[in-house]
Amino acid sequence: MTTRRPARLGALLAAGLATALALTACGSSEDPLASTSSSTPSSSTAGSTAGSTDESTGSVVIGSANFPESALIANIYAEALRAKGVEVTTNLNIGNREVYIRALQDGSIDLIPEYSGTLLQYFDQAATAVSSEDVYTALEGALPDTLTVLEQSAAEDKDSITVTRATAEQYDLTTIADLAPVAGQLVLGGPPEFQTRPTGVPGLESKYGVVFGEFRALDTAGPLTLNALISDQVQAANLFTTDPAIKTNDLVSLEDPEFLFAAQNVLPLITESKVTPAIEEALNGVSEKLTTEVLIDLLTQVTVDQQDSAEVATTWVDEQGLGS
Amino acid sequence: MTAAWDFLTTAANWSGTDGIWTRFTEHLFYTLLSVVIAALVALPLGAVIGHTGRGVAAIAGVANALRALPTLGLLTVLTLWSFGLLTGQLARLGPSIVVLVVLAVPPILSNTYAGIAAVDPAARDAARGMGMTGSQVLLRVELPVAMPLVLSGVRSAYLQVVATATIAAVVGLGGFGRYVVDGLAQQLYGKMVAGALLVALMAVIGDRLIALVGRFLVSPGLSGRRVREKAQEAEAGFAAVPPT
Amino acid sequence: MNWDWLGRNSDRIVDLFVQHAWLAAAATLVGLVVALPLGAVAFRYRWTYPPLTTLAGLLYTIPSLALFVVLPGILGTRILDPVNVVIALTVYTVALLVRVVADALASVPEAVRQSATAMGYRPVRSLVTVQFPLAVPVIGAGLRVAAVSNVSLVSVAALLGVEQLGSLFTEGFQLNFFTPIAAGILLSLLLAVLFDVVIVLATRLSTPWARAVPSR
Repeated sequence: MTTRRPARLGALLAAGLATALALTACGSSEDPLASTSSSTPSSSTAGSTAGSTDESTGSVVIGSANFPESALIANIYAEALRAKGVEVTTNLNIGNREVYIRALQDGSIDLIPEYSGTLLQYFDQAATAVSSEDVYTALEGALPDTLTVLEQSAAEDKDSITVTRATAEQYDLTTIADLAPVAGQLVLGGPPEFQTRPTGVPGLESKYGVVFGEFRALDTAGPLTLNALISDQVQAANLFTTDPAIKTNDLVSLEDPEFLFAAQNVLPLITESKVTPAIEEALNGVSEKLTTEVLIDLLTQVTVDQQDSAEVATTWVDEQGLGS
Repeated sequence: MTAAWDFLTTAANWSGTDGIWTRFTEHLFYTLLSVVIAALVALPLGAVIGHTGRGVAAIAGVANALRALPTLGLLTVLTLWSFGLLTGQLARLGPSIVVLVVLAVPPILSNTYAGIAAVDPAARDAARGMGMTGSQVLLRVELPVAMPLVLSGVRSAYLQVVATATIAAVVGLGGFGRYVVDGLAQQLYGKMVAGALLVALMAVIGDRLIALVGRFLVSPGLSGRRVREKAQEAEAGFAAVPPT
Repeated sequence: MNWDWLGRNSDRIVDLFVQHAWLAAAATLVGLVVALPLGAVAFRYRWTYPPLTTLAGLLYTIPSLALFVVLPGILGTRILDPVNVVIALTVYTVALLVRVVADALASVPEAVRQSATAMGYRPVRSLVTVQFPLAVPVIGAGLRVAAVSNVSLVSVAALLGVEQLGSLFTEGFQLNFFTPIAAGILLSLLLAVLFDVVIVLATRLSTPWARAVPSR
């Protein structure tokens, strides 16, 4: 080695650190996580909606959230759309709503399965609608111009606060309100976003006066959350009501008399300029057939019987006559 | 950047179970625990291999294979495996610590045996000539001479573990990774960047500290030109492998 | 292992493997191309060596997940664009290789450099036709480390919805299903080995003189 090294590494380090940080962060004054961006790079003319004379059946990129049910419904949409001759690409498991709405707005994806209640909350934090119909009506008004929802299905999958049977009996819990006096000694587990969403930790306090001793960020109602609940690392967890694990593990989802969680009908959220009559027909066809029971049944095939999500979707779409 | 600054300068963000102090303590604990366990495994193994010259090819292969293991895959598979096997704190820490140890072993291992294998044969012969036994040669001559390289291996391991502990937040671990993972999920940009900055800061400061400790560990008797250069090189160097 | 699952999903797994391969390969190659001139600068103008290698060291300390997320904001790319992943990994590759290239050039004997000068080679020609070729073995060794770690790092991008073998980890985890995860780990090990073999072969092919003399 012939290279000389100066002793003043410390000073250089400081200078280098500043540069490195600037590289990662200061490079843009724009907040890259901001989800309010209204620009869409879509080249199609805004305002062209269903009923236009466009003869092509269209093409869409379908995304999904980072949990199996969302991927399953995305696969169902994909299959039904393909049957109508729509060109379909999938990009599943993107992340949570906070992330995939950005993907919709920057044109990375065009279509994603959604849940009416939390979607409404996302765009209107002050929303008060509770029933399926009210939520749907409010949602249509709350969405940005570039996005639209098609018809909603009867299938509902709600967020829940779920505890083990033992915990429910120990503290005599039936509704979320019963948690108020004891929550201080308990740990709540859920996805990271549950800590900040209005229908999460903040809503528990404002609607029920329930404040947990600690919130622990886990996964989106997945194996991490379930295991933490069963092994008593957390005593209450945010699970989905369609989760087959609730039944198989004899868990108790607490009732929600104050409607912290509004109606959660499954529906397609799509970039408005991408909608064609064929797409609308295919997706409305799915929504017409999809019920909560169907959803639980199909999801059980995926998460319990370990069938392939895409295959379960194809079989169901064919059975329902949506495949032709 | 301003959002990150706001996050760091808000007093409320420094206290509590999700506060910076708690997260720092957690991150430091995971890192030290993993590096210490890795050193306990890799140092003796590397020393013996370097001393005897046996199994060098095998160990190089193992070290490379460990490097190639995808961290995320290992984390997910070990976490799933641990369900039902581990309980309490162990369930939360176990899988992640194993993954971090796996990351930390290769740099310490390969630097230790390389350092010892590179000891001047003349020095080794001289020690034998003075009547030292095999283990005396190893402990009194070979290890001290190899110390600069060993330390640079420890620093590589430290840097990698500090950065990779971030990913373990995905399977529920605490530490600064929580800010990165939660900040992404909650779309709190400042929180996420602050988390990344804190990780980087911790990496740099810890690296300097180990280098400082190294100055006292490296024998002052090693004043030969070659060794001094080697030590400087080790000091100026950073991780041999990027973070995860 | 659930072999049925593997059979049914073989098409998709192949797609993911190919996607993974090109993401890692692109980052490694672009990183090498950028690192060569930078490393030459760090070698030729010695005062730039400490700041360049220190900066490179600092880049390592940025967690990859954070880099994947902030890049679209800096570059103006879409958040699911694989380009973000390639650029992030390129940054790490350059950070690793700048130092390697500079040290590799320093390992070329002074006498060789002077001979080239004496034969009338201008600095750039000497660098490209004499010094870089002689530095290939050392650069190749650094490139192997970079390639292997890129293969491992790519999988982290699955957390952001960029599909490659890492998607098998997130999906398998959500379903508490080992087969996809095991398949993903094995295939990424295979990919690492493939990259390693290619780089070793390329190094040997580009240094025929190394084989002319039996190695000690």
